[in-house]
Amino acid sequence: MRGYPTNLSSTNWLKKPRIKPLIHHFIAYNNYYINRIYTIISGRGLRINKGGVVRRRVLPGFRLTLGFTMLYMSLLVLIPLMGVFVKSSELTWDQVWSTVMAPRVMASYRLSFGASFLAAWVNLVFGLLVAWVLVRYEFAGKRLVDALVDLPFALPTAVAGIALTSIYSETGWIGQWLALLGVQVAFTPLGVWLALTFIGLPFVVRSVQPVLGDLDSELEEAAASLGSSRWQTFRRIILPVLCPSLLTGFALAFARALGEYGSVVFISGNMPMRTEITPLVIMTKLEQFDYAGATALAGVMLVASFLMLLTINFLQAWGGRYQTAA
Amino acid sequence: MGPASRVNTWKIGHRRRPVSEAPWIRRLLIGAALAFLGFFLVVPLASVFAHALAKGFGPYFASFRDPFTLSAIKLTLLAAGIAVPLNCVFGVAAAWAIAKFDFPGKQMLGALIDLPFSVSPVISGLIYVLLFGAQGMLGPWLASHGLRVIFAVPGIVLATIFVTVPFVARELIPLMQAQGRSEEEAAIVLGASGWKTFWRVTLPNIRWGLLYGVILCNARAMGEFGAVSVVSGHIRGLTNTLPLHIEILYNEYNMVGAFAVASLLTLLALVTLALKSWIEWRNAPVSGAET
Repeated sequence: MRGYPTNLSSTNWLKKPRIKPLIHHFIAYNNYYINRIYTIISGRGLRINKGGVVRRRVLPGFRLTLGFTMLYMSLLVLIPLMGVFVKSSELTWDQVWSTVMAPRVMASYRLSFGASFLAAWVNLVFGLLVAWVLVRYEFAGKRLVDALVDLPFALPTAVAGIALTSIYSETGWIGQWLALLGVQVAFTPLGVWLALTFIGLPFVVRSVQPVLGDLDSELEEAAASLGSSRWQTFRRIILPVLCPSLLTGFALAFARALGEYGSVVFISGNMPMRTEITPLVIMTKLEQFDYAGATALAGVMLVASFLMLLTINFLQAWGGRYQTAA
Repeated sequence: MGPASRVNTWKIGHRRRPVSEAPWIRRLLIGAALAFLGFFLVVPLASVFAHALAKGFGPYFASFRDPFTLSAIKLTLLAAGIAVPLNCVFGVAAAWAIAKFDFPGKQMLGALIDLPFSVSPVISGLIYVLLFGAQGMLGPWLASHGLRVIFAVPGIVLATIFVTVPFVARELIPLMQAQGRSEEEAAIVLGASGWKTFWRVTLPNIRWGLLYGVILCNARAMGEFGAVSVVSGHIRGLTNTLPLHIEILYNEYNMVGAFAVASLLTLLALVTLALKSWIEWRNAPVSGAET
């Protein structure tokens, strides 16, 4: 009970006004508070800490680099992107609604979102497998395989598109065998899914790999010594730790697939209502000089990708907290 | 409890280590992973070269003598030659501002720089059409001054810059944040000028990250299809980049030509991957020492 005032009935404490130390504080640190107020009002960056030491920004170039960054971003990215919403605001609500909800466009949403979702799922499962194998096991050519995982990032989408189409067309290397089974891949939704899987392949691998590499083996040893089977350890110990990075990779792959154009146009065959993805509908409208329709659709896609961006940022923040906690 | 004790228990017990899988499961998993990657990555790669060389080396090399192919190569080099240095300067400036200083809205600026990654390539092209196209906001003004942006080279360069904005900045920001500002502060306090500090202290520290960003930026700049396709107008010999030229040749059923051009871009991608792995491998001991 040390340090706790025992004689509460005494009114001694009332005679010592608590306001006094506060005044002393402000007098002692007046320099600091006046400077804080000045800084807030003037926006200048001269800072004094409570020890009374003046803290300047030692490094030069803050205004120059930040100014250049803002100017570059505004001119090349932000103002052009705003243009989509400015242009959309010229349309009436009915116009936007009838464009965005047209049956052909609805079919393209179903294909774009559905195929992207399925592709991201396949990448989630196989991305985890590839990351696991690359982190945990040793085998010949591992470094080469590791480098090759990034191929979909480096390979131009048009090249991927024609390569996949030629493989899966009815006379192609794999397509001819699938044709014998009665499965057609090129020019069907299956082909769209295939191209989107290719495009999203590296995301889950690259988001899971570092987390799996940092995973403390003591956790697994503890689980094993307490009698859990390898599968139980994986499901109960490893998978929960990997969960944020898996979801981040999934969201990144999904977002990328949603906007993908180059690889899909070749393999999809671009049949309205069947194999037409939303970016292609935008492209078709542009080619017909229907700028209003293209803009309205682009607005929908932009909102979708902003939502994805928010989700990804949230997932990454979650993953970061998980890692520091673990 | 070092690694030695772990090895001991494993040997004494004559059992596999409790934190690994049985050999047959290991082999199965490696096999499945390699089969998946082979199916999705190796087969397409092989098919590009197989189709390009389907009629031998003669027609393969002949397709590069086509004047339209040559002009597409030139335009691609021009667009990348403008976009990559600009985004390189931007990336260094943005990383300097974000990594070396604290200011309100820093997080948001970082997220904004990533924005072009999450925008569909088609929309990246569309925004410039809306701005500079015939029906666009600045279109009439440009037309009255005899300037063409859309369906011309400036539009292609703009679209290429847009899609490659984040690459260098994305690599440099975390790197420079991790390095902190103490070395630069020491240089400034000892009397070096700002530029001298940048060239002598910062640049040597970030050169590998910078190179990494530039390589990825260049690969995307040369390979961009969707955004450039919207603004190009596909005029042969004038506004056709290599990826667009592939599309034209492919749609004309000129398979050898299309895949020959594609093989050129595939080689670029392979060189990019090789350089990328080389940089990662070179810098691996440094990151290993940190952890």
